[in-house]
Amino acid sequence: MENPFGKITTLERVLELFHEGMTLMFGGFGGVGSPPALIDGILEKGVRELTLIGNDTGFPDIGIGKLVSRERAVKVIASHIGSNPIAGQLMHDGKLEVEFSPQGILAERIRAGGVGLAAFLSDIGMDNELVSKDKPRFQLDGKDYLIETALTAEVAIVYAKKADEYGNLIYDKSARNTNPIVAMAGAITIAEVEEIVPLGSLNPEEIITPGVFVDYLIPSKGVNWKWAWE
Amino acid sequence: MGMGVDSRSQMAKRAAEEIQSGMVVNLGIGIPSLVPNHLSAETMVMFHAENGITGMGPSPAKGEEDENLCNAGGFPVTLNSGGSYCDSSIAFGMIRKGRVDITILGSLQVSQNGDLANWIVPGKKVPGMGGAMELAQKAKKVIVVMNHCDKHGNPKIVTSCSLPLTSSSCVNLIVTDLAVFQVTGEGLLLTELFAPFNVEDVINKTGCEFKISQNVRSIPY
Repeated sequence: MENPFGKITTLERVLELFHEGMTLMFGGFGGVGSPPALIDGILEKGVRELTLIGNDTGFPDIGIGKLVSRERAVKVIASHIGSNPIAGQLMHDGKLEVEFSPQGILAERIRAGGVGLAAFLSDIGMDNELVSKDKPRFQLDGKDYLIETALTAEVAIVYAKKADEYGNLIYDKSARNTNPIVAMAGAITIAEVEEIVPLGSLNPEEIITPGVFVDYLIPSKGVNWKWAWE
Repeated sequence: MGMGVDSRSQMAKRAAEEIQSGMVVNLGIGIPSLVPNHLSAETMVMFHAENGITGMGPSPAKGEEDENLCNAGGFPVTLNSGGSYCDSSIAFGMIRKGRVDITILGSLQVSQNGDLANWIVPGKKVPGMGGAMELAQKAKKVIVVMNHCDKHGNPKIVTSCSLPLTSSSCVNLIVTDLAVFQVTGEGLLLTELFAPFNVEDVINKTGCEFKISQNVRSIPY
């Protein structure tokens, strides 16, 4: 494999980028589409005090849940933690701070961070204290909105089906979920991919994430956890 | 009060009557997930999932599951002809833009003015709202399908919700194992009854006042 952009690397090399107290954004939805080798690598390296940003906290042994249930995070920003009872217990015990955002607003906050916007206006959850508390409001055309701030992270990790040597990505079915927006929102973005193909092998019309947003590519061995439905 | 498989199926069948060809529909977990069983093959519906599927099909046969094709609850599904994938921000864009015609969901309580309380179970840890707020607030029509009373026999249809609200004044139609109500600008209107229940039964098991339609339909199943 050629490596003309120097993006193709190894898990060992990218693990240097993870450190205690960092903000880490992850792709995936209920563990589907979360990068298994990167999560295991971060776990084995023993990185602690993480602030995690992503749709949910997975299941205790699935996806990002592996890090959460082993108490590697001090804070998560997510839309729900319902599928990971350990996350709920840690929150209850005061060991995990949880900031909840409505699911689509969380996605949009990540997208905003990924496309260089500071914030946007939303009318979701205006009458809900958990959503609206402490958020500034803005009036536009006589209607009140909440100001929802963008989210970014030091490192974003995503899982894709295929990449070319530039890091152009395509995903697999519903495993796309939050990956394309998370891929844009990291200061550094690492994609774990099932297959790396030569430049020109992907149909340009079908690329979902332009390689512009991707800094490193590492090969994946696929999912190594047992799904809840199995 | 019937809470068995039959009443769950009856409620799902009644909710399915609201769905017309060409609609985009998002289904919650539980009874709403039974709704597709009651649609005719001619009804062309695009089922929407928050993780980024439009045109979701039924669960695959055992052994045919694809770990990368799951619904928002993380369970394997299939894709119908004409279906597509998108990222989650676009899936929610469809909801906020008003492109989802109907959402059918369960609830813990609904008030007489259509307030929905379905995201915090009393005594349980707060799990987060997921996508419930956007769906409740922005789907064109919000249908709640739930048992008329909770397991202690307390009415779930109330004057004012005692549980934290998911979204206020958002429910359009309530289908229970006893009856169907429309939520109107002047409160609830009883429009239909499931056999063998009568208006008196519904009054006794409902925690608020409601109007009664001049032509209450007796649901024939």
